[in-house]
Amino acid sequence: MISPKYHREIPQRYRLEAGKCKACSNISFPPRLVCPECGKNEFETVRLNGEGKLLTYTIIRVASDKFFGKTPFAVGIVELKDGVKLTTQIADVDFDKIKIGIKVKLVFRKIQDEGKSGLHCYGYKAVLV
Amino acid sequence: MVGIVGYGSYLPRYRIKVENIAKEWGSDPEVIKRGLQLFEKTVPGLDEDTITISVEAARNALKRAGINPQDIGAVYIGSESHPYAVKPSATILIDALGIGPHVHVASYEFACKAGTEAMYVAYSLVKAGEMKYAMGIGADTSQGAPGDALEYSASAGGAAFIMGSENVVAEILFTNSYTSDTPDFWRREHEFYPRHAARFTGEPAYFKHLVSAGKALLEKSKMKPSDFKYCVFHMPNGKFPQMAAKQLGFAKEQMEVGWIVPWMGNTYSGSSPTGLAAILDVASPGDLIFMVSFGSGAGSDGFVYRVTDKIKDVQNKAPKLRDQLDKDKIYLDYGQYAKYRGKIILNE
Ligand SMILES: [Zn+2]
Repeated sequence: MISPKYHREIPQRYRLEAGKCKACSNISFPPRLVCPECGKNEFETVRLNGEGKLLTYTIIRVASDKFFGKTPFAVGIVELKDGVKLTTQIADVDFDKIKIGIKVKLVFRKIQDEGKSGLHCYGYKAVLV
Repeated sequence: MVGIVGYGSYLPRYRIKVENIAKEWGSDPEVIKRGLQLFEKTVPGLDEDTITISVEAARNALKRAGINPQDIGAVYIGSESHPYAVKPSATILIDALGIGPHVHVASYEFACKAGTEAMYVAYSLVKAGEMKYAMGIGADTSQGAPGDALEYSASAGGAAFIMGSENVVAEILFTNSYTSDTPDFWRREHEFYPRHAARFTGEPAYFKHLVSAGKALLEKSKMKPSDFKYCVFHMPNGKFPQMAAKQLGFAKEQMEVGWIVPWMGNTYSGSSPTGLAAILDVASPGDLIFMVSFGSGAGSDGFVYRVTDKIKDVQNKAPKLRDQLDKDKIYLDYGQYAKYRGKIILNE
């Protein structure tokens, strides 16, 4: 049962809400309580631009049981235009087109189901543009 | 002036060809292609459903409208494949788009016309002065039973329309609905696939409702078919809308732009709405558009739109329907398709 955690993380998972430090302007994603750059704790909520580029990736061919039937799929680190880096699945992958440095954008997709009768959990994935 | 201030469409990239389905069931693909005027259809990805399709279509509508999402007072999603039986799809969409929480949402269901119901109510609320903007969406990831004729057509996609009264790109001039108890197609609670009354779905259902709604709309608007640049009807297959157009007095050229079904399939609640999006993508100021949906059960909603001079400002602000239909396709074979659509029995 991951529902309370899922609900708490909706602003970052659905809308890419990040914390911009009021003291040093460093952007934390996911949002943090203390700025890792300057140690201050006052933040402004900002929405990240969903466009960026792929810094690195790997193709998962053998996954845990939770991803049964979903393999092969790609996971990568994306650097968004705001400079934020995040780890995400890459959806609708063309294995022959994917490469480091390629432009990507974040789209809204289903991330997982909590079993057959639990919640559908949504969030972001990257697609090639 | 009340009408559409922003519109957006979304289609998944996956496709299956009629040949691949026909081969599996021992049918002749040429007979289906000729008879139903269908060649291939969209298939949702494993991580796509009516909610994700609605979110992407709505994001495109917001890009075109260029409004503050907080000014949207209502969001309605029409679909026959809402992921939850209980929990409105739009609760998730509004949080993804930054709409609300001071917003009214609901899920609509009326077989293939739930999308135009959502559009009609959104339009009516703005017209009544209840709110500045309201959004109506039609989206589906419908399933036909394996081996059934519907398997060739049931596809995935959707379109979203933001209604408002400022910077309108297509004014809504007239509407008309026509409804009766006609049991041509249904799905009982807890059943996975719908049932239909085969040929009964044609004459007494689709044609009677769509043509009656269309004729009444022409009378109400005091317009004639030749006044319109474009027409779009519900597209359960390639053939039915052509026959309906003919019965109402429209020519092939008026229907061609919105007639996307041969390569998309029937996106159910998204069918005539995606056709309308394809028309708005290329329409010019002053063009009149005639639209009639159809939903089994049965009913039709009709709309007359007049495109304004604002249309050219928004057409290129988001992906166009035909580009999504024609480009970057990923073809599946029947085995992959069966897996993608959850048709294979797995261990728990
Ligand atoms: Zn700081």
